[in-house]
Amino acid sequence: MEKTQFLATLASRLQRDVNTTKKPARNWQHRPQEQHYTPMNNAELLVAFKEQCTRIHTDVMETTRENLSEAVAQVVNKYGGPLSVWDDPRFAEYALTPLFTTILPAQNTAVYTWSNQKTREENFAEANAARIGLVFSEYALAESGTVVLYSADGAGKAVGLLPHAFVAIIPQSSLLPRMTQASQAIQQRVDRGELLPHAIDYVSGPSNSADIEMKLVVGVHGPVEATYIVLTDC
Amino acid sequence: MAIQFNQHKFNDNVEENLQNDFMRGAVASAQNHLYTKRLDAVEELGDWEEWRNHAQEIRQHVLENLDYYLHELASNVEKAGGHVHFARDAEDANAYIRKVVRQKNAKKIVKSKSMVTEEISLNEALEAEGCQVLETDLGEYILQLEGDKPSHIVAPSLHKNKDQIKEVFVEKLGYDPQNTSEAGELARYVRGILRDEFLTADLGVTGCNFAVADSGSICLVTNEGNGGLVTTIPKTHIAVMGMERLVPSMEELDVLVSMLTRSAVGQKLSSYVNIVTGPKHRDEVDGPEEFHLVVLDNGRSSILGGDFEEVLQCIRCGACVNTCPVYRHIGGHSYNSIYSGPIGAVLTPLLAGYDDYKELPYASSLCGACTDVCPVKIPLHELLLKHRQVIVEEEGRAPVAEGAMMKLFEFGASRSPLYRLGTKVAATAIRPFAKDDMISKGPGPLKAWTDIRDFPAPKRESLRDWFDKRDKGGKA
Repeated sequence: MEKTQFLATLASRLQRDVNTTKKPARNWQHRPQEQHYTPMNNAELLVAFKEQCTRIHTDVMETTRENLSEAVAQVVNKYGGPLSVWDDPRFAEYALTPLFTTILPAQNTAVYTWSNQKTREENFAEANAARIGLVFSEYALAESGTVVLYSADGAGKAVGLLPHAFVAIIPQSSLLPRMTQASQAIQQRVDRGELLPHAIDYVSGPSNSADIEMKLVVGVHGPVEATYIVLTDC
Repeated sequence: MAIQFNQHKFNDNVEENLQNDFMRGAVASAQNHLYTKRLDAVEELGDWEEWRNHAQEIRQHVLENLDYYLHELASNVEKAGGHVHFARDAEDANAYIRKVVRQKNAKKIVKSKSMVTEEISLNEALEAEGCQVLETDLGEYILQLEGDKPSHIVAPSLHKNKDQIKEVFVEKLGYDPQNTSEAGELARYVRGILRDEFLTADLGVTGCNFAVADSGSICLVTNEGNGGLVTTIPKTHIAVMGMERLVPSMEELDVLVSMLTRSAVGQKLSSYVNIVTGPKHRDEVDGPEEFHLVVLDNGRSSILGGDFEEVLQCIRCGACVNTCPVYRHIGGHSYNSIYSGPIGAVLTPLLAGYDDYKELPYASSLCGACTDVCPVKIPLHELLLKHRQVIVEEEGRAPVAEGAMMKLFEFGASRSPLYRLGTKVAATAIRPFAKDDMISKGPGPLKAWTDIRDFPAPKRESLRDWFDKRDKGGKA
């Protein structure tokens, strides 16, 4: 069916002419979302974030930029290898390159880097074989224990979905009260006329389901376990 | 499977389901569980009424300007490199989707949970095309294995117990009978099977919880991670949305997603909220190379601008289902519709007609609990009453007794002193049958009902009295 005809039907039900040109004014009488969680400072947000993570089956580690490599090595001890990681300049910036290229391979732990130099199928096969998927969070939300991921050329969505364990690195300064503030940041990009990343994923802990007798099962199609590494000095 | 399950009479379906003791126990315990979780999540949010007011004004604003926002959405999806198809009805939508499937030569199709694709019988249409269609939501997958129907809009396999599910797995999936029927073990088994299917799927189909008009995005709210996989691995993604399911911008998306997850399952946010915009960018590896959005009318436009318009505010959270005393006893299948509970009783007759569904508006005690919990403030029980009015007045089809009752009600309700007297009389007249505020042996038409359940007795203080008192400054 033609769009024009479809919209004309709607307008006739609304008893007016079709409007496709004049943006309707949004005069909201209520805005409760801006009050919720906002009086907290960054340290308080971290407390709330950690508290929420205990409810969503997610471990939280706190470390500094200098000790990040050691923290990731601990996570590898916990879940095992191989690792699947994004091709992301922040890994070099945070001094993880030696861990990925020298230390882990020396322990026979493979590190698969997501890459558009490999085929789609190769990338999927590697992520699927990995025990850990390691990603960077853009924002973290205190209220819901959420990390916000942006897809990009080197940032495959499958890295956060296919491996057994989901591990996200979170600079503490990126903590926000709730989805409201992350949405505002995304909206600013829309308002500037930018095309959004293909995928913006709000991830809150491991995958789960209560479809069988309402009993919570942690680990369904996506990751079975999750750890967040918070960088307290970033 | 279309909206309707079978050709049986409403009473026969109810009768059959009332015999199903496991189902009735499961529904009751699920209701208790979800109701409590929802209450906690609502309380934590602070001023819930303000949130409801805002959610309501957003939904009403979108409906009033639906032509503008759909136009804006379509332009932005296209700008992001996606394709948009406006479908008048199920046939139109299925024809378009089949065309895309043929063009892509897609054989294996994975789906994440979507009520709207159930509504248009998309699975059957694709199977007729020779495709293998796999539901990947755990509950939907269980139902698909043996051709069963959803009994709840959020938890579709609520009516089955773990032993029944294990039996199905043994029979259909080669699950080892020595293994347990523990939920975790069953779920992990499916994880292994479906993981291979995801990795070899040609095309992914999803619904759409909300589309965002000014960014051209669609948003999927899931917990299992299947929504993410369906939109990541296959090379083509088709999203199907009911035409009213959109918001102006990310700011309103935040509010409605918050209301949805809290109202549905008492979560602050579900494990995955995926916002996808168009196909993957050129140098990205995963995500679909092609993205199609199908905007479906299928009877919705005839609701717009009419007496039942508010039902289009619905965000499919199921809170009304989880609180409904009638649903609790008759279960989802009795409604003979993919949309069950109070929302189903309002929506199904509008989408599928009174011929098959004139009983549904009577499957309600008009207690108003559904209206109280609705996060977007749909006056559900008033719309049920409106249906009864239409059935009696315009269609003239209600049973004689029902017709007489409606006439009396209208007469009384429109004359305030009589209404007041009537509700007081009801409270007094029913008292002799009540014990501890519950009616165990109801008179006349209540009898069939109280054979299987206790009916809450009218409070001595009627709603009208309570309301008057509140208006005069009393605190109820």
